Amino acid sequence: MANYSIFTLARNALRRHRDWPQAWRSPKPRPSYDAIIVGGGGHGLATAYYLAKRYGMHDIAVLEKGWIGGGNTGRNTTIVRSNYLNPESAAIYDHALKLWEGLSQELNFNVMFSPRGVINLAHDPGEERELMRRIYANQLAGVDAEWVTPTQLAELCPILNLDPNIRYPVVGGTLQRRAGVARHDAVAWGYARGADKQGVDIIQNCEVTGFDIQAGRIEGMRTSLGDIRAPLVGVVAAGHSSVLAAMAGIRLPLESHPLQALVSEPIKPVMPTVIMSNKVHAYMSQSDKGELVIGAGIDGYTSYAQRGSLPVIEETIRAVVELFPITSRLKMMRQWAGIVDICPDASPIISDTPIGGLYFNCGWGTGGFKATPGSGHLFAHTLAKREPHPINAPFALERFYSGALVAEHGAAAVAH
Amino acid sequence: MLLLDCPWCGPRSEEEFACGGEGHIARPLNSENMDDAAWGDYVFMRSNHKGVYFERWRHGLGCGRWFNIARSTISHEILAIYHVGDAKPELPE
Repeated sequence: MANYSIFTLARNALRRHRDWPQAWRSPKPRPSYDAIIVGGGGHGLATAYYLAKRYGMHDIAVLEKGWIGGGNTGRNTTIVRSNYLNPESAAIYDHALKLWEGLSQELNFNVMFSPRGVINLAHDPGEERELMRRIYANQLAGVDAEWVTPTQLAELCPILNLDPNIRYPVVGGTLQRRAGVARHDAVAWGYARGADKQGVDIIQNCEVTGFDIQAGRIEGMRTSLGDIRAPLVGVVAAGHSSVLAAMAGIRLPLESHPLQALVSEPIKPVMPTVIMSNKVHAYMSQSDKGELVIGAGIDGYTSYAQRGSLPVIEETIRAVVELFPITSRLKMMRQWAGIVDICPDASPIISDTPIGGLYFNCGWGTGGFKATPGSGHLFAHTLAKREPHPINAPFALERFYSGALVAEHGAAAVAH
Repeated sequence: MLLLDCPWCGPRSEEEFACGGEGHIARPLNSENMDDAAWGDYVFMRSNHKGVYFERWRHGLGCGRWFNIARSTISHEILAIYHVGDAKPELPE
């Protein structure tokens, strides 16, 4: 496989780009593997990559029922940040953010990570106090966070409406400078290419139809392409985690909801940062293509339909037009939804299960993209060592029985 | 967008309603003898079923009353609306 560099680019340019090799293979599944990862999104591919690269397991298959990165990996608003409230959450998301910082070099694939800063707005004194509390918590946890005044906001984002007479005036906000955005498809492709290079079989259009469980231990998977044996299985299926868990006879505390996003027509650069508001429920950034990328909320009811309802979009557009008046004449080009698996405490689950050799990584809800590298690394550690890494130990399924929840509804930023 | 037929007010837009999550989860009567596993299961675990799902809804911006519905979580089609306390209607999964 070609290493991507300025020299290979120049050499292929001279050959009119006809000789680029495939970035990853499309193998047929073998009868057995040392480990199977169910789910070929960013988290699943990252898990396979780190299992091979850092933990020396190369005999791995990633099973994906559609195409890689076609679920929530390709449907999010690409925001990456780590300013969560609790120390456990700050640790897990900042672990991911540190991996983001070197990811393009690590994968030899440009994931276009752009630490342009993420701002969370406050619209009243109560929200200001809550966000100040989060800044202090972040600083204690070693995560960069600072308060920005409306004057600073005018410089950081000139299109933001700072008029004190709007319905929900902006009184300030938090800024995490190391946060930003990344190219979501590139993350899936980069991890897929890296995992494939390590010998991982990425098997697309292969749907899991059942689990082969004998004497309380996982023996393999039943799939649309036949039975595949493996003594170790990691399920990373986001919105469909409960469906897979039910096949294995496990109950999870998840609810699957559609989470919507939309993009405008491309325009010249107007937005140098990412702005989020919990209060009016809007968040927006600008892609490198020039589209304004807008995140909406979740629908209040369970759905697997990958489409959301119009009232949710209307509420978000209302907020966006008030916060950014220049958007009022913009055409919206596309609107879509992904099915997110919401946990009662808005924190993820990386956990073993009552079935030996079967592990779940789920519950990332509305904020999984930012955690992709960290989630993959920690889940790979958990699978390889058969015990959790200290960073993901607080996120076991056990917490719903012990009561040690990690409540992050405020920092999750999308209303649940 | 859903059109829900409130048993008391008739058909109204989904914007008037709030979904209360999975239905038919009875509060345990022997709560003083329950262990952590039983409590965790009652409070947090949900079937989150893909297919016909039985839910509680409330007509918050209308009569304010609770009722049950059976709805497909794949097509969003509403298959039955019935009163709290009624048995689950017989429907295919």
